[in-house]
Order: sequence, then C-alpha cells, then structure tokens
Amino acid sequence: MSFSRFLLTVALAVSCTAALADNFGDPVAGEKVFRKCKSCHQLGEGAKHRIGPHLNGIFGRQVASHEDFRYSRALVRAGTGGLEWHADTLDTFLEKPRAIASGTRMSFAGLKKTEDRLNLIAYLRIFSDDPANIPEADPTATATDHNLDPAILALKGDPEYGEYLSSECTTCHQADGGDDGIPSIVLWPEEDFVLAMYAYKNKKRAHPVMQMMAGRLNAEEIAALAAYFAALEQ
Amino acid sequence: MTLNRRQFIGTTATMAAVLSAPMVRAQGKPRVVVVGGGAGGATAARYIAKGSKGAVDVTLIEPTRKYYTCFFSNLYLGGFKEIEDIGHTYGGLAAGGVNVVHDWAVGVDRDAKTVSLAGGGSLPYDKLILSPGIDFVEGAVEGWGLSAQNAMPHAYKAGSQSELLKAQLMAMPAGGTFAMVAPPNPYRCPPGPYERVSMVAHFLKQNNPTAKIIVADPKPKFSKMALFQEGWANHYEGMIDWIGDDFGGGNVSVDPNEMTVSIDGEVTKVDVCNVIPAMKAGRIAELAGVTDGNWAPVNASDMSTKADADVYVLGDASSQGDMPKSGFSANSQAKVCANAVRGALTGSKVFPAKFSNTCWSLIAPDDGVKVGATYEATPEKIAKVDGFISQTGESSDLRKATYEESEGWYTGITTDMLG
Repeated sequence: MSFSRFLLTVALAVSCTAALADNFGDPVAGEKVFRKCKSCHQLGEGAKHRIGPHLNGIFGRQVASHEDFRYSRALVRAGTGGLEWHADTLDTFLEKPRAIASGTRMSFAGLKKTEDRLNLIAYLRIFSDDPANIPEADPTATATDHNLDPAILALKGDPEYGEYLSSECTTCHQADGGDDGIPSIVLWPEEDFVLAMYAYKNKKRAHPVMQMMAGRLNAEEIAALAAYFAALEQ
Repeated sequence: MTLNRRQFIGTTATMAAVLSAPMVRAQGKPRVVVVGGGAGGATAARYIAKGSKGAVDVTLIEPTRKYYTCFFSNLYLGGFKEIEDIGHTYGGLAAGGVNVVHDWAVGVDRDAKTVSLAGGGSLPYDKLILSPGIDFVEGAVEGWGLSAQNAMPHAYKAGSQSELLKAQLMAMPAGGTFAMVAPPNPYRCPPGPYERVSMVAHFLKQNNPTAKIIVADPKPKFSKMALFQEGWANHYEGMIDWIGDDFGGGNVSVDPNEMTVSIDGEVTKVDVCNVIPAMKAGRIAELAGVTDGNWAPVNASDMSTKADADVYVLGDASSQGDMPKSGFSANSQAKVCANAVRGALTGSKVFPAKFSNTCWSLIAPDDGVKVGATYEATPEKIAKVDGFISQTGESSDLRKATYEESEGWYTGITTDMLG
C-alpha cells in the first residue's frame, strides 16, 4: 500500500474526529518535516534501527524500550522512570531533546515551530499500531506551549544562594561529577539546567524525587542553582 | 597615612569587633564544637568549615576512629556489602579544616559554655552542635539490657554489633529460627527493621532455606508496609511471620540465657534474637539539659534547641516535627543548621530553611523501593510539604534502577558528609 492510499484510509477512519485530527496537524506536511529525521531514523514497512531506532509504533511506547537498540543512559533512565511517548512528550522532546533527557545522543537542535512539530507528530502517528485510537488515548494532543519565558532563561542567579541550595542536591548527586546510579549535574550549560528543572517541575520528566525537589523551587532559585553548578569545577 | 603591621592588625581587629559584635571574641575566632561524627555532626562540621573558609574554629568530638554507617548495614547482613564498604575514617574532614578529636564528650556546662571530655580537659564553644544519635531506653524490652547485647544483639549502631549479628546468622542451624523484636515509634530509620528482615530472609533463602523468621512488633503498621509485604510474599513465601500489635506483638519478653522469646505469653526457643529496643536521644543531649522526655525539642528554622539558643541538636536525637529519623534527614538538617550558625558567627547570608528526605530499602536483589518528602520550617515544627512512595507492582526495571540509585546516593551522601 502506498503512503498516499494508506493516508486516505486513515483520513476516512478518523473523519468523525476531525477536530482532534486537526490538532495533530497535517501528516503530508509532516512527511516533509521528517526529512530532517531520515538520516538517522527509519519509518514504515521494513523499518530498521539505524543511527537512531526505527519509529514505527512509537505512540504509547515506553521511552528507550527497544531491547535491540543501544540508547544513551539518560534516555534509558527517563524510560525506566515511566516516561512514555505520547503527543505531549513527543512535542516537548522534538522541540528540545535535551529538555527530556540531557544526555541523549540525538544530536538534533529541535524543531522551533509548533506547526512543524504537530505536522511531524501527525505523520509519525500514521505508523503507530492503531492510529485511529490515538486521539482518544492522548487527549492532550493539542499544542502545548512549553517554551520557557525568555525572561526566565535570562534570569541571572545568585551563586551564593545557589551554593546553599546545591547542598540539597549533593546529598545524592556527587559534587565531583561521579554518575553511578545517579546522574552527574556539574558543568552543565546553565540553559540545559534550567530546561531540565522546569521539565521536572512541569512533570515532563518522570522521576518522582526530582519532580518533588524541582516542584518547590521558584524561578530565582533555579537560576541560582544553574549559576552555581555551571561554575563548579570538577 | 602609612600603617605599620601592628597598627594595621589592631585597626582590623577593632573594626571586626564593632561589625560582628557580640559573637567575635577579642582574642580570636569564633568556636563551634560538634559532638558526634555521624550524618548530622560530620555534615555540620564540614559545611561550617568549608563555608567559613577558616574564619570559624570547628572541632568535632567523635570517640570512634572509624565510622560505620547504619544506612546500608542491612545490605552487609544480606551479603550485598562487605563491612569495609560501609566503614569511613575522618581524614577527609581533617583535611577540610575540621579539628577532629577522638574522645567522648561527657558533660556540657551551658553557663561556662564548655564541653568536658572523658580524656580530661574541656573545650570552650560559642555554638555547640549535638548530633549524638540514639541510645536505648532502659527496661524497654523485659529481660534485655546492654549486658545482654552479645547474646541478643541490637545491631542498631553499626559496626561490631552488625558483625556479631551476621556471625550469628551464619552459624544458625539448618531450619533454625531468627527472631526480631521491633521497636515502638519514634525510632531511627523507620523502614530499617523491615529492610533487615528482608536481608536476613535473602541470606537464609540462599544458605538455610528451611529457617524461619519471627518478628514481634509493638506497632499495628510500619513504614512501606505494603511494599515489604508484597516483596516478602514474592521472594520469601512462608518464611516470615510478622506479629503486629493486634496479635500481641507488643507483649514481649526475652531470656538471653535460655535464648527464648515470649510473645503474648507463648514462649519460643530461638537461635538468633535481634532485639531493637525503644530509643531516646544520645546521652550527651540529656546531660546538656536540652531534652524533654526522650528527645531534644528544636526550632525548625535553625535546629537550635528550645532550651538554649546556642545549643543545636541534629538528626535522630532531635524532636523537630514531621521528618523521620534518618541519615538523610540528619544531613539535610545539618546544612540548614550550618548556614544559620555560620551566619550568626560571621555575618554571612542566612537563607531560608529547606529540608528533604529519601529512604531507600532493598527487599531482594535488584528490588529496591523508596519513600521521600520535602519539608519546610514553620513556627511550630518542621512540616511536610510534599512526598512520594514507590508503588506495589512496579516493573523489575524500575526496582533495579531504584536500587542502583540508592548506591549512587550512598556514594553521594558519604562524600557530602565526610569530604
């Protein structure tokens, strides 16, 4: 079956939920966006793992769960922590992969345009196990604007406050950058740090301890921590 | 104007005295004495020395030259760690500028502001931090006393007691009985007795599979109960008999000579008996006169005692509100305390108190669970803000990751405490 005929079938199948399908964007436009992914990821009949894993059936799948693909530790941690690929998590990841997994090997800057992401997600959805059911399974499939307010990213933190707050982190995360069982958090670029903390705060990352710890930090405190850790010598 | 060195020093000293009066003494640096080198005391000493960069004299009084962490001592019983894996020296603290004195603190004169030592002499302080851990309430378990701790070890202060209990476990006859007398609330490490039951069960399953475990518990329920009971059913079916308060678990006496345990009138001959009695603050807190009943009440904002603003109590010995008595809690409280003490002595910025705790427990190989919470200081107490707990029925991958996380935490916290 050619892609366009397949698409037609899908379109008919979901016509009764046209409003939801609209929120997914346009899969034909999404196929064009997918060209950016093609050098690493295969999709469709006979797709195999390449530099990245194949993307068939990605909806509802636990992150980093193909047993025959070697993922980064960061992505495995995210998956073990309970993160699954749905429209909302894909949207966050596609916009800025590092927000979901700071150590991902997917060296892709991200899709800045909401429209591109929605179109791509709509295209990916066609290759899922049961695409017609996805709108029901993923009611949050609307575009969520998780772009951090530039004012937040521009906040300059107080490193002295950051040092005090960091003492709560170093109970688990080793200050010398060791990462057995618990990831290292030293020497991160400040922006990565802030993105990660907000992803926990907004529960886009799955770890319950970090959701709790980040959940009670305000913007000033996150900026202070970012400033402190970025400057910390290993 | 030119100043010679003597005049310059004189001027600086005067200015310092004016700026930070009344804490800075004319003749030298402010002095902090810390009693107890565990998760609370070691962390406080290290953070004050590190943060003040030599501006504060920090002395740690700790009788033992090697510190064995209570956390992970159950993993030693289960065979997952060697005893040396949980042993640490104080060299890192000394290198970090802490004056480490290996002696017993035997008295506190709060009027003269001195701590007397068993080896003779006394140490003056401006601020005193007590982190003495726990002692046992005398007569808490009928028939048991410290003179019986070799026949029936508590193993609730890690080290020689842990080694003794392990040796007794290994020497158990085939099909023998291991008994535990669990403590009433509040006590050090709420999931500790139940992680220990799990580790003992793991050891017996490998080495003595027909052996039995009896737990007499004065409580009707316990920390992570659903998780432990699920794990016991999955990994050690039929091996563990937990007798809670509803079934007479609180009505217990022991006979260390006969090696018998009486639970609600029924006497059982046992091969190993681990008695974990009711607990109270380490004795020095009582000697300092800062306890009320078994524990030392403290102010949540800085861990200073209700009895004396210049005496602080950290960790298990304190009565502070909602935080469990754990190494993680003591470490967290120590950082808040260190920040406040440093501020009071040197004028450094004092930031608002934030506390947190996470307790990991191992049920079986690669089957780790955890519980944790964040806390804030209120005028009345340390109050819980938010929390989480592992769920029953979690995937084996997640449980394995949780165990690996606990190993990472162990390295993290011991480095954070001891340098």
